[in-house]
Amino acid sequence: MSALLEVEGLKTHFFTRAGVVKAVDGVSFSLAEGEVLGLVGESGSGKTVANFSILGLVDPPGRVVEGSIRFRGEDLVGAPISRMRKLRGRDIAMIFQDPMMTLTPVLRIETQMVETVLAHEKVSAKAARDRAIDVLARVGIPSPAERIRAYPHQFSGGMRQRVAIAIALLHKPALILADEPTTALDVTIQGQIIAEMQKLVAETGAAMIWVSHDLAVVETIADKIAVMYAGRIVEYGRSGDVIGQPAHPYARGLLDSIPSRTTPGQHLNQIPGMAPSVLHLPPGCAFQPRCRFADAACAVPPPIVDTGEDRWARCVRPLAPEAAL
Amino acid sequence: MAVFFLRRFLQTVVVLLLVSLVVFLGLYAIGNPAEILLPDDATAAERDAAIRSLGLDKPIWVQYGVFLANALTGDLGTSFVYNTPSITLILQRFPATLELALSALFIAIAIGAPLGLYAGLRPGTRLDRAIVTGSILGFSLPNFWQGLMLILIFSIGLGWLPSSGRGETGTIFGIETSFATWDGIRHLILPATNLALFKLALVIRLTRAQVRETMPLDFVKFARAKGVSERRILGVHVSKTIAAPIVTVLGMELGSVIAFAVITESIFAWPGMGKLIIDSINRLDRPVVAAYLLVITFMFIMINLVVDLLYTVLDPRVRLGGRT
Ligand SMILES: Nc1ncnc2c1ncn2[C@@H]1O[C@H](COP(=O)(O)OP(=O)(O)O)[C@@H](O)[C@H]1O
Ligand SMILES: [Mg+2]
Repeated sequence: MSALLEVEGLKTHFFTRAGVVKAVDGVSFSLAEGEVLGLVGESGSGKTVANFSILGLVDPPGRVVEGSIRFRGEDLVGAPISRMRKLRGRDIAMIFQDPMMTLTPVLRIETQMVETVLAHEKVSAKAARDRAIDVLARVGIPSPAERIRAYPHQFSGGMRQRVAIAIALLHKPALILADEPTTALDVTIQGQIIAEMQKLVAETGAAMIWVSHDLAVVETIADKIAVMYAGRIVEYGRSGDVIGQPAHPYARGLLDSIPSRTTPGQHLNQIPGMAPSVLHLPPGCAFQPRCRFADAACAVPPPIVDTGEDRWARCVRPLAPEAAL
Repeated sequence: MAVFFLRRFLQTVVVLLLVSLVVFLGLYAIGNPAEILLPDDATAAERDAAIRSLGLDKPIWVQYGVFLANALTGDLGTSFVYNTPSITLILQRFPATLELALSALFIAIAIGAPLGLYAGLRPGTRLDRAIVTGSILGFSLPNFWQGLMLILIFSIGLGWLPSSGRGETGTIFGIETSFATWDGIRHLILPATNLALFKLALVIRLTRAQVRETMPLDFVKFARAKGVSERRILGVHVSKTIAAPIVTVLGMELGSVIAFAVITESIFAWPGMGKLIIDSINRLDRPVVAAYLLVITFMFIMINLVVDLLYTVLDPRVRLGGRT
């Protein structure tokens, strides 16, 4: 398996009046063709900014200050805007978190889909439209030939997210960035969309980064999991390994706070405290103030420690497998 | 849809009735036109005859009744001064005013929208600040002063453009207009610019604010993530989004541009409705003033109706009869 995407030491900072917000601060991972990576972490941990960095969509005052993002060997950091425009939507597609905000309200679904086809291919408007209708049918929009004439406000949230997914699939991208695509939806719709995405990704062989703040959701869809905390990946490994035996206390805390995992009657173990402001990070391990295993050794930046085959954690004292049981 | 139009029709009737009453009562209170029209040495008999022929001897409510009944047949009275139906006088002058107002609005949009767009896309840059400062001047300097300055600079100082009158007109598609001749266009430039300056400032600020509000929205970023060109994002996604509010405001402004043309027409001796109305007020030509006010009211109502219809075309989320 050759690597499709290799992110190395990525740092994306926002230079605000209040100070430098280190939204992404040294993120590295790689993704093989067709592989699904679950990116997990509390809100504010830098998941969205990491995805925008890959597409070159970080707006000022933010910018990628360090690191490389190699897609099929080509470094996207510093790539000219014209090159990025060609990759966006064709080779790398993104699905946003809030389907109520992602479609342009004053344009028909048809306009928004056809322009996506025409942005990358010289085909007739009719051919572009036919393809759009095809893809709408594939993502489960009933009577797509008529519905394509509708405006976004005539669809429910779930249906709008299906439209956004359809737009992402118009060009058979090699990589799909799915940024919490089900967070804003009802639980029943969530399940449907996850199942459909799983099927579609398997069909097309696309690799995917599936972002979520919910480990339970990620478990069903991802091959690998990366747990993010305060702009860094603190644990990485195969999905079953990380969920079965989390090595980083933060990953462990996330797992323990999922209701379905604890036996009924037993009270949930919430992670104490709040996610830190990336403006004022403690020196050393960023999770240390909330960590029940923390001690003096955590005051220095934690090393990356291999915790098994193809997995690692950023912790001085990763949890032993027994502790995770 | 039908309900919407029926309701608007009834509203129109009520508003026109109220305005006609206010106009009539208001005008009745100012002076006696017979005094102004008659020569100083007129006899008492001549006076009585004149008052009777103008209908000024009847009780006020009878006069109003007659006024209203005539108005329904399209007769808004005969000018005391010109002895011509007042509505005819106004409609004769209307094209000149409309031409001036539409030219002004066109200038305001053609220059203001690109400037506002540019400033909105690059907030805080030097050019943005220059544009915003300019728009503040446009807002705060009095219109007649701006008009005098235009005449001083371009007419008297540089001698480029005429400062008075409408110049030579011609006909295009059977409509008499200044656009038909070069002389007509030269005469139009200064007054249209004068009338445009205030609206230009408005268009700049409105467009700038709308652009700044729209650019950070998710759908702009999503369009970028699709690989759509920046040009198309601005030209289609953003423009169409901000068109509805801008058109609404400007539509409403068209009425006020026509109404405020009074000042510009006076400065530049433009032979439009505004100049007619000032002259008529000075001569207490009641039927002309009353007809003018009713025509303007009717025009405002119609413009509002068109703007509402346009809004539903530009913003698909809006339904007739109730905005969301
Ligand atoms: N435009 C911006 N200006 C300043 N800070 C920002 C901006 N966008 C994001 N951030 C900061 O970057 C951090 C990570 O944000 P984000 O990637 O959206 O988190 P997540 O997607 O994990 O919830 C947050 O602390 C957020 O406040
Ligand atoms: Mg996010």
